[in-house]
Amino acid sequence: MKNFKYSVADSLDSAKTALMERSNCRIIGGGTNLIDLMRENIEQPDEIVDVSRLSKQIQQLDDGALRIDAAVKNTELANHPKVRENFPVLSHAIVYGASGQIRNVATVAGNIMQRTRCMYFYDDAAACNKRVPGSGCDAINGINRGHAIFGTSTSCIATHPSDMCIALRILDTKINLESSKGKRTVDFADFHRLPGDTPHLETDLMPGEIITSIDIAHSARGSSTYRKIRDRSSYAFALVSVACILSIKDEIVEDIAIALGGVAHKPWRADILESYLRGTPATEGRFKEAIDREMEAAVGFKHNEFKIELTKRTIFSVLSELKTEENSK
Amino acid sequence: MTLLKKVMERVLQFTPEKEPDPLIGEGKYIGKAMKRVDGVLKVTGQAQFTAEYKFDNIAYAALAYSTIAKGKITTLDTADAESSGGVITVITYKNAPKIGKPALMDPSGGSSGAMAADIPVLQDERIYWNGQPIAVVVAETQDQADEAVSLIKVEYEEEKAVVSFESELPNAKTPKDVLGEDPEVKVGNAEEAYEKSAHKVDHVYRTPRYNHNAIEPHATIAHWESDEKLVVFDASQMLYAFKNTFAKMFLIKPENVEVLSPFVGGGFGGKGSMWQHSILCVAAARAAKRPVKLNLSREGVYRIVGGRTPSVQHVALGANQDGQLEALIHHGTTQTTEYNNFAEQFSFPARYLYNSKTFDIGQKVVHTDTLANTFMRAPGESIGTFALESAMDELAHEMNIDPIKLREINEPKSDPLRHIPFSCRNIVQAYKVGAESFGWDPKKPGSQSDGKWRVGQGVATAYYPYYRFPGKAKAKIFSNGTASIQAAAHEMGMGTATVQLQHFADRMTLPIEQVSMQYGNTSLPESPMAGGSNQTASLGASIEAAVTALVEVCIKAANKSASSPFKGLHAKDVDIKSGGIYGKETDVGCSFVEILKLAGVDELEAEGASGQPFEMLKHSMHSYGAQFCEVRVHSETGELRIARWLACFDAGRIINPKTAESQFRGGIIMGIGMALMEETIYDDRYGRVANPSLAEYHMPVHLDIPHIEIKYLNIPDEHAPLGARGIGEIGITGAAAAIANAVFNATGRRIRELPITLDKLL
Repeated sequence: MKNFKYSVADSLDSAKTALMERSNCRIIGGGTNLIDLMRENIEQPDEIVDVSRLSKQIQQLDDGALRIDAAVKNTELANHPKVRENFPVLSHAIVYGASGQIRNVATVAGNIMQRTRCMYFYDDAAACNKRVPGSGCDAINGINRGHAIFGTSTSCIATHPSDMCIALRILDTKINLESSKGKRTVDFADFHRLPGDTPHLETDLMPGEIITSIDIAHSARGSSTYRKIRDRSSYAFALVSVACILSIKDEIVEDIAIALGGVAHKPWRADILESYLRGTPATEGRFKEAIDREMEAAVGFKHNEFKIELTKRTIFSVLSELKTEENSK
Repeated sequence: MTLLKKVMERVLQFTPEKEPDPLIGEGKYIGKAMKRVDGVLKVTGQAQFTAEYKFDNIAYAALAYSTIAKGKITTLDTADAESSGGVITVITYKNAPKIGKPALMDPSGGSSGAMAADIPVLQDERIYWNGQPIAVVVAETQDQADEAVSLIKVEYEEEKAVVSFESELPNAKTPKDVLGEDPEVKVGNAEEAYEKSAHKVDHVYRTPRYNHNAIEPHATIAHWESDEKLVVFDASQMLYAFKNTFAKMFLIKPENVEVLSPFVGGGFGGKGSMWQHSILCVAAARAAKRPVKLNLSREGVYRIVGGRTPSVQHVALGANQDGQLEALIHHGTTQTTEYNNFAEQFSFPARYLYNSKTFDIGQKVVHTDTLANTFMRAPGESIGTFALESAMDELAHEMNIDPIKLREINEPKSDPLRHIPFSCRNIVQAYKVGAESFGWDPKKPGSQSDGKWRVGQGVATAYYPYYRFPGKAKAKIFSNGTASIQAAAHEMGMGTATVQLQHFADRMTLPIEQVSMQYGNTSLPESPMAGGSNQTASLGASIEAAVTALVEVCIKAANKSASSPFKGLHAKDVDIKSGGIYGKETDVGCSFVEILKLAGVDELEAEGASGQPFEMLKHSMHSYGAQFCEVRVHSETGELRIARWLACFDAGRIINPKTAESQFRGGIIMGIGMALMEETIYDDRYGRVANPSLAEYHMPVHLDIPHIEIKYLNIPDEHAPLGARGIGEIGITGAAAAIANAVFNATGRRIRELPITLDKLL
């Protein structure tokens, strides 16, 4: 790890100023991803500014949405009564992520900003377009069991590792950003990027910008769940995960929101599946048809071909479970 | 087996049986569940591990590793690293101190050397494996050393390397030997017998590479007290071999080397051989003229410490109508390098577990340009039992009989290949006790479910041989009534000191509070390595020898006084009882404290040496067990969970149920990891480990492990010191097969390749 300077931001303004004025400066929340990357020489900031002591409010806005400040810890968010009551899928997803120790220090903004996973990204002896743009991708023809099946490019097939973000993707989530130039708000859907030719750019965050908070509201109502399939019971990234909200009325799918984790460079919203099912009979046959349509775009590689079948089965399992729950209401 | 050993084995059959150790029965302390003597030290952080020792003026080292598998370094530019903050020196092959030829580890248990591979340490530009250390940076702080490593620039001239195990399989060769045993064993014409058999199974089983992940990464601190005198703290399972290796490779006298390893944070075989960092640390201390600490990162452990070889094993079993084996065929190939030639002994279980009319057993190896493979908990038996015990289950299914019954039918009365008696074998009883306690009742494969989870039971035999090596110990008594035992033994978490204190207290007939043990450094009498589950038996024998010698010394010393009660008595005429020495017949004698008074001294001591392990030649000595588990497999996603586990072991006398159960459980947990998730992901394009971290190399977390119930028969082995055979390794054996067999019972699907990840169950 390259040695670096460390300071604590006592205000949002001082953090914004630091990012603006100092070269090669990064902000740090819980540090559970950035420090790992620094240890591996992947991130090499000269200076880090700690924003973990900035505001940690969770408050209800006038329109009913919940505003969560960037420095709120993952554990705190998962346990918050309003989140557990109104957005159980988010609470559920967060506790499936990482470990208790990591969730206790990791922040909401840090979770959103964590980098994609790939063994070759972490090995500086390997070719990686993300680490060194233009150097090639060792994963495409390498060992790619954990890699993406949706939205890959010839440059990169890494996956976004967050559980929390998969739940945020089926909520109506906005990200509030600030820099010394001003404020802006972006839809969560537009924040993370697919790799394309620029896999080193993972988000829409502009230089000098800081996530100050996120706002969450419902995009759909109904029964919800988060299902994570992984190689061990805890502390493992998802092979596939599914966040889903489903409401069924009179045997008809009234509303549905579904997103997939572990399968793409960003949280993957299953739009095709949703529109196929919305307003139509909630039968197992139609579930399967919808899943097949969604999965048509999936492309497997040598070691992760199984993810296509696993994703189909996991979605089906989740839809069946939620249907049972809805029918018993 | 060498010809000499074979001859001795025959000759020994005609010698009378040695009297069993009187302590094979339950003692005042032996057999009691006692707390670890180092427990408080460990949970309060007072037990110091290698990297925690403090030295004035210590410097810190970090390693740079090669990123190619074979070739030579053409450019090695260390200028930026040298001028980086706090850097004291950067050592490469260009400026390294002269380091002698590697003193190689002796797998037969000798202490002449410890190096894992015959590869020069930082002496020339050649690269032998991807991950080989190419430079050592020494700096004022660890962070400065780590940063400077990233500034080293290196270029290579690459040569074509052979790194893929699978693609080398056609070139597999028969090794000279397999841990001193013949690589091939044939009895009768197995192929013909197989063809004629009424029931047959014939399958190929695969196991992946596994890496060591002891909680304490390898660490070394080296301090040259003078040009000729060296002190090394090192996490080691083999102190004396380390000492001799340092002496040979740095060309100094062994008596001028002291190696200390008071506590080791897990070894599992990974600290049994010496890896390059130990030598590099000593070289760095010589170059820096300061004490140097080299603490491997987790990645460093993956790059330079070997692991378990992958294997491909072919097992074919033929049985007659009654289930008796007509043919037992077990062949396979493992990986090694030409620099260490270690053929992992996966075929050993097949040599001892079952009767068969014919046998055809054989091992081959492929040589690759990779890091040397090494010992990892039950090397051989862990992967060998996966194949053999899966095949036995397949045969039982094919015959539609209970797999336990099939094993009972093929239970040998004596060693099936060596034709000598077993010392103590109660495997059938272990199965009986285990089956009853577990509630063994497997249903038709694929027929049981609980909601979306399919449920099944599985069983397999656990097996590990008995080993003992000669060693020394010193026993001391003191005028305050205390006694101590000294041996350069290894405490790696197993409870070595605890059980040997129970032993020593009982042998001395003293309260356990009055005895102590010193271990973990080479100023103490030589002990063999802690490996092959030998340490309890080996120390048991050397402590017995030391106490016997002490009795002799006591009598002689007391007899200097006119009032000695031992006039005319010899060691053979007396017993240790009631905290002293008394005549066998007469009960005349006195306490140890009175002996010291009579002798007019404050302490007396004696060193004893245990003899060659002839019991292993006269008898076929092994430990056994029956592993039972219940698994649940999700019918939609293939997720696999272990719901229940019970194991019943036949491992001789259990000296301390508390530490023993921990050992058994630890082995089973490691077996669950081996079966379900552990795997070194190896990129065959580069010969490089792709997952050198605990985030990507999965080991079980608490949630993966159910309650594990341990049973043991506790039948002492009359031919082993204390009646005890080793228990450190047997827990992992049979575990993977029990799981694979339970998966079959749950789903009707047979998985013959580890790890059993969920994609294999979709």
